[in-house]
Amino acid sequence: MKRDGVMPKIPATDTLLKIYKSMMLIRLTDERICQSIKDGEMAVNYYSARGQEAIPASISALLNPDDYICTIYRGMHDMLAKGLPLKLFWAELAGKMTGVCKGKGGPMHMTHIDSGVMLTTGIVGASLPIANGLALAAQVRGENKVAVAYFGDGASNIGAFHEALNMGAVWKLPVVYVCQNNGYAEHTAYAKGTSVANIAQRAAAYNIPGITVDGNDPLAIFDVAQDALARARAGLGPTLIEAKTFRFCGHKLGDNDHYMPSGQKAYAMLKDPIPLYRSWLTVAKHATQDELAAIDNKIKIQIDEARDFALQSPDPHLDELFKDVYAVAI
Amino acid sequence: MDTKVLRQINTIQAVNMALIDAMRGNSDVIVLGEDVADPEGGGIAGVTRGLSTRFGDSRVRSTPISEQAIIGAAIGAAMAGLRPVAEIMVMDFTAVTMDMIVNHAAKLRFMSGGQTKLPLTIRTAAGAGRGQGGQHSDYYEAWFAHVPGLKVIAPSSPADAYGLLLSCIDDDDPCIFIENMATYSLQGNAPERGVSIPLGKANCLREGTDVTVIGYSRVIHEIMTAANQLSSEGISIEVIDIRTIVPLDIETILLSVAKTGRAVIVHEAMRNCGVGAEIAAQIHDHLFETLKAPVKRVTSAPCPVPFAKVLETAFLPSIEIIETTIRELLKPR
Repeated sequence: MKRDGVMPKIPATDTLLKIYKSMMLIRLTDERICQSIKDGEMAVNYYSARGQEAIPASISALLNPDDYICTIYRGMHDMLAKGLPLKLFWAELAGKMTGVCKGKGGPMHMTHIDSGVMLTTGIVGASLPIANGLALAAQVRGENKVAVAYFGDGASNIGAFHEALNMGAVWKLPVVYVCQNNGYAEHTAYAKGTSVANIAQRAAAYNIPGITVDGNDPLAIFDVAQDALARARAGLGPTLIEAKTFRFCGHKLGDNDHYMPSGQKAYAMLKDPIPLYRSWLTVAKHATQDELAAIDNKIKIQIDEARDFALQSPDPHLDELFKDVYAVAI
Repeated sequence: MDTKVLRQINTIQAVNMALIDAMRGNSDVIVLGEDVADPEGGGIAGVTRGLSTRFGDSRVRSTPISEQAIIGAAIGAAMAGLRPVAEIMVMDFTAVTMDMIVNHAAKLRFMSGGQTKLPLTIRTAAGAGRGQGGQHSDYYEAWFAHVPGLKVIAPSSPADAYGLLLSCIDDDDPCIFIENMATYSLQGNAPERGVSIPLGKANCLREGTDVTVIGYSRVIHEIMTAANQLSSEGISIEVIDIRTIVPLDIETILLSVAKTGRAVIVHEAMRNCGVGAEIAAQIHDHLFETLKAPVKRVTSAPCPVPFAKVLETAFLPSIEIIETTIRELLKPR
């Protein structure tokens, strides 16, 4: 099922601006990270999510603080949208003691239980079975919580995806599977590695709703996610959402796009969700240019503070090697 | 089943009792695995029989044949505060879900800087001797013992299975709990209900002065038989059942070997890079000066588990090989 061309219901202005703030926090953080890496302030393998901001920003506007997300190595947008504190994020990126995981996880393995960021995995496909388990706990305990599993298009070709969708469907778990289809699995183009035109088609094999949505359109994503989350909370089981988007910085920062047809990225960037949404917010009179600029400036200050905090923070103590391996050291 | 009055029980009953007692005491304990609920028979060996009837099919769930999804669900549920006991029917099938166990269950506490707690138990059955061939008979404990973050438990008796499983379920780290299939029905003393056995405490099953024989899981039975027979030849053997491979009670092992000066390690898994190599290395590290002979290992043959009875029997570490190894060790040098 596709929702192209359907005008979605429009949320209230404060929700629209919440989504905007979240998108801008992600975009401006991403830009600052790339600058920091280029300037040699941090040495980190970085998988930019630039271009995919609208997806978690819209979905998180519908999540409660105690709802769960599981994300992947390209997941900074998902975790920031869910509320992982910016300073803790930056310090972890820099590998510092003050990081959210004390510098022991790094960008590919961030967790912040307090904001519901339960898992960031570097293993393709692994976010789905674990999100099922979080949803299972909510179901067993009768809690009104949902789990969202984020993953890329490449993950829909690994066994864990299929096992998880089947189990989630059989048990009617309160989980939403969100595929961020950015057109490439590492360097391999979507169609070269995937048998279906739309990943949402695969939902049919597991008898759950599957829906393809424009991943650059916050209103459409919000609309689709609202239905999926309501369904999950009502005990009706999972939904597979496929949000079609594009990654603007390749697989890994420094990627030279040699595997992409000439002009493909530039064409995709015409649909950059940030300027499109900005423009719509002003045209539809939800905010003025000045109001949006004020939001941007506030976020930039927060980012500079978080970056400074990270760079000035101490390295982890070496005894951290022996801590947190077990609950009590053995 | 009512096991309150039984003095002798087998491991199937012991594990079943431990699950009942854990589930009765804590509503966070759930059980999931292939065929574990009563409509499916309560497990292929009947280990989980009665649980779903007693505790309901929300807490006791038969799963699809999806090992990654089973362990993934158990990990997520544990992260959210439940205490899942997931069953992987046969240890060979853990290979199918190695990513979930090794890359996730084992590492999440460390990688999250201590935020993620994983009170998760994975029960699995291992062992040759039942004519099941190469993919339903293996012991993979060394694989898991090599991964920081996991605990590895391998009881040899019904009473130990009961007490150690209670500890695993109560533990805040992921535990791999290995049951031996070939001795599932073997009777042993009934445990005291509600009393757990701490992880990391070896059990000295027999005191002796000439040789320390160290083992775990099924081979303890072969070791004890060998020790009894050799005592008639005037050889005094101390037998240590380590019970848990991680954490390893190296102190008990070293105290014993310091006394006897000789050690033999026996396990059913094959020799190369096995648990015996680790224990031997630690003994050599600490007791090199006091050893009267090199540490020896008795293991299965270095091949996949064979099918033909004659091959399977020859594959396993036998009582005779344990005896021969001990006699060789005691020959004047």
